[in-house]
Amino acid sequence: MISNESLLLAAIAIPFLGSLVAALLPTNARNLEAWLAGSVALAEIGIFSVLYPAITDGQVVRSEWAWMPTAGLNFVLRIDGLSWIFALLIAGIGGLVFLYARYYMSPQDPVPRFFSFLLAFMGSMLGIVFSGNLIQLVFFWELTSVFSFLLIAYWHHDASARSGARLALTITAAGGLCLFGGVLVLGEIVGSYDLDEVLASGVLIRSHDLYLPALVLILLGAFTKSAQFPFHVWLPRAMAAPTPVSAYLHSATMVKAGIFLLIRLWPVLSGTEAWLWLVATTGLITFVTGAYLAMFQNDLKGVLAYSTISHLGLTTLLLGMDAPLATVAAIFHVMNHATFKASLFMAAGVIDHETGTRDIRKLSGLYRYMPVTTALATVAAAAMAGVPLLNGFLSKEMFFAETIETHDGSLMDTLLPYFATVAAAFSVAYSLRFIRDVFFGPPPTNLPHEPHEPPHWMRFPIELLVVVCLLVGMFPNYTIGPFLNVAVASVLGATAPKFNLAIWHGFTLPFVMSIVAMAGGIAVYAFLKLYNFDNRRMPWPAVGELIPTDFVGATARSAMRWIGTRSLQPQLRSVVCFAFVAGLAPLVGRTLFPETLQLTKIDAAFALVWIIGVVCALATAYQAKFHRLAALIFMSGAGIATFLTFIYLSAPDLALTQLLVEVVTTVLILLGLRWLPKRDERLLKTDSSMLMRRYVDLTIAMVVGTGLAMLAFAVMTRPAPQYNLAEFFLHRSYAEGGGRNVVNVILVDFRGFDTLGEITVLCIVALVVFALLRRFRPSPESIGSPEQKRIQEAFDVDHPDRRPGETIADYLLIPSVIMRLLFPVIGTLGIYLFLRGHDLPGGGFVAGLTLAIAIILQYMGGGAAWVEDRIRVFPLRWMAVGFAFALAGGGIALAFGYPFLTAFAYDLHLPVVGSLHLSTVLLFDLGVLAIVLGATVLIIIALAHQSIRTHRKPKAAAAEEAT
Amino acid sequence: MEIILALSIGALAGSGIWLILRSRTYQVLIGLSLLSYAVNLFIFSMGRLRTDAPPILEKGVPNTLAHYTDPVPQALVLTAIVITFAMTALFLVVLLVARGLTRNDHVDGRES
Repeated sequence: MISNESLLLAAIAIPFLGSLVAALLPTNARNLEAWLAGSVALAEIGIFSVLYPAITDGQVVRSEWAWMPTAGLNFVLRIDGLSWIFALLIAGIGGLVFLYARYYMSPQDPVPRFFSFLLAFMGSMLGIVFSGNLIQLVFFWELTSVFSFLLIAYWHHDASARSGARLALTITAAGGLCLFGGVLVLGEIVGSYDLDEVLASGVLIRSHDLYLPALVLILLGAFTKSAQFPFHVWLPRAMAAPTPVSAYLHSATMVKAGIFLLIRLWPVLSGTEAWLWLVATTGLITFVTGAYLAMFQNDLKGVLAYSTISHLGLTTLLLGMDAPLATVAAIFHVMNHATFKASLFMAAGVIDHETGTRDIRKLSGLYRYMPVTTALATVAAAAMAGVPLLNGFLSKEMFFAETIETHDGSLMDTLLPYFATVAAAFSVAYSLRFIRDVFFGPPPTNLPHEPHEPPHWMRFPIELLVVVCLLVGMFPNYTIGPFLNVAVASVLGATAPKFNLAIWHGFTLPFVMSIVAMAGGIAVYAFLKLYNFDNRRMPWPAVGELIPTDFVGATARSAMRWIGTRSLQPQLRSVVCFAFVAGLAPLVGRTLFPETLQLTKIDAAFALVWIIGVVCALATAYQAKFHRLAALIFMSGAGIATFLTFIYLSAPDLALTQLLVEVVTTVLILLGLRWLPKRDERLLKTDSSMLMRRYVDLTIAMVVGTGLAMLAFAVMTRPAPQYNLAEFFLHRSYAEGGGRNVVNVILVDFRGFDTLGEITVLCIVALVVFALLRRFRPSPESIGSPEQKRIQEAFDVDHPDRRPGETIADYLLIPSVIMRLLFPVIGTLGIYLFLRGHDLPGGGFVAGLTLAIAIILQYMGGGAAWVEDRIRVFPLRWMAVGFAFALAGGGIALAFGYPFLTAFAYDLHLPVVGSLHLSTVLLFDLGVLAIVLGATVLIIIALAHQSIRTHRKPKAAAAEEAT
Repeated sequence: MEIILALSIGALAGSGIWLILRSRTYQVLIGLSLLSYAVNLFIFSMGRLRTDAPPILEKGVPNTLAHYTDPVPQALVLTAIVITFAMTALFLVVLLVARGLTRNDHVDGRES
């Protein structure tokens, strides 16, 4: 026997698993998808019926798993009467919608996506009703918003579907954020997010100072989800979704999530002035406006959407009345509304499917073609209007009875029965119009298709739901009664009122209100028909219609226009300014410079180096626009000054690295210069706005430069803080790292993981460069040989004693001989630098760069073809091997149960050679070497190869040149 | 010494910022290099300026800050130098490819 706890887990897991399977089925597998989804729904219903006996006596089935125990959060699933009845609704309507969708979706629609989303939505919705933890509830809540978005935009080629989806997501997800905030406040008050603990703390919550903020935030979440005025605007737009989605999400289940939450938290949040006013007023406004606007819709689904809004308002109003009986009516009405509204949506879908239109003005007299559908829709619409012997009548009577009850005696309380009757009359009017204008009257003309009855199984879900409407309407006590009792008991507990679901209470006031509403509805319909309201524009409260079609997209675009830019310069300017302000902010109100400056004696040579360095920097800035080579040389000047500073100020490793990087960077940029455009004289022209921009930038540059100089000076002249980090490394470098070069030991041992990350970045950059250059398309004017090469070739042609290409071959003849001779020397130096790196300046980075320079020099001296004939250059392999070494060097420790990158050392005593210090760090450093070597060489030669490749000109450019 | 290095950092940073705010891709490339010199020197200077005290341990000398300069900023800057090279290489290639695609060398890919 499977325990109830595991059944509960299965109930959540099955739809999501089904969703995964559904996504993997073939594109056109409509039958298979429907079978799969239908089986999921049936399995759910089976699980619920097994669980039912465990919850009938007001008990709760709970199962808990540790989720984030440190934060006191558990993953809790719980089921009680209320969850059970909602779950049944979700699975039951879901199953019918799956069957209906099998026939509704066309063979061209990619159904795996559709059924996958629907099943995932079902799982999320069940997650909401089964959540025993409020944070978890919010998670599933947001998940339903996401799947609703995906389902509304299912036909994403349709612009209105996309914009409708965006609007729905924006409103419901924003509401979800509010709900999250509210739940956090609630958790703060109670000290726990566990639903059972929250439900037991009603008095504490209502008397707490934070009650009102929590209430408002939670209500915002519920009202946005349940399409309450003024957040209802998303629901009519969501009708762009396929009709099964509208029937399932946007009338039967998802929009009820807000109502569910209000019922769930009713015991702890209700019973205050604030609750009464906020919930009842919102419900009343939504109820009346929704019904009023529904009368003016010409789209069948539009009528149903506004009607849904109205009925959701009615339910909210019931919950706001703050009376136990009203809450009973609310739960009852949720169930009734789901049955008749889902069947009406499906009927609307059938009409759309079989006639090709949903416009009430075009439809007429359909009973001739589809008598059965006509009968079904008529019964469902009658339930919607509240006609006796149908389920809608029962809950509407209960509602009327509640409106008459005096609650607080305010004006609103007194007027409530009148509002209720008027809105009920409106709902009679739109129900009447839905049936009379569509199914009766003269035969239709100009319909896109010849109408006929739908396939039997497409009609079956409607038939079943209509039978439910009738059975509940006629025998409430034998059908819904017991389940309703269980649900009510789970919410209200001991205070649960006795209620009577009889269809005839005698000639009471509520019955009179029903009669008046019925007569009034017929009169309103006749009146509007007389004044030809079909072609009127929407009346004023239709705020939803005022919102432009693609509201969210348009807002986002205009926001981008104001706050965004496609231009880099303003962006960088704001980055620099922001960084400056961020750096300045902590300094405000403090003295920047210490009273006694700690200064070291000025060295004249150092001063001279930096006079040259600063001149180089300024010259670089001045020349970089038109004299790129000069700028590069000046930049290298500043680099050399930096290098000398490192040497002078006790940083030999930095100095070595800086010098080598300087060489490699210079070669790299020299190779790139060839592909840049020639000087464009037009760029010399300046206008006043350009000058203005330059002055602004010059000011920014000077201010930030000065600021950085002052900051650097302020720090350098302070005594060094006595902190332990430096001492830590100095003490342990030799004792624990086995190396005397502290910087190198930090890099390859203490902070080896950082270094591993860094060499990974280097690999990625090299591969990106390689990939970008493989399909390099240079600008057409850069494809031909450079001017210098052309002159040299022309010289060979003009001189009969010279062979073509001889000048270039002779070029740099003596340096290239020296470069060739230097190859073994530099190679040996590289290996030496590597081996001594642990104890003296050197190491993997420096050695890798040195070896790379040895190879690059050969390229410069001999040309790519010459080198590659003689040396095997496989930078990609070197990088791969290096990576393997680095991982192996770090991974050896894992094999012995130590953390990754723990170093092992072994002192080997060899005859003649003496003591040899072997360490896994050396292996790691060898990996660094190979990667630095491989990456550097790969980048440089990938760029160098572009000059000897033949580049095809783009067709357009070639044609342009030919003319 | 401090005043010289501070002024140099300021000059390098100012030149670099001026260049990264310009409209030609090459200017931005060179500007980023200058800026990284400035930033590297700035971080390096946080360990204070010491001559003849490299963090290479010698036998018989106590392993304290009194005898060696602070190795931590140096370790940080060493990786920064190599990453700067990678960044320069990537940006150079991106700007070359962008120039091939857009046929101009404006940072926005089009002359404004």
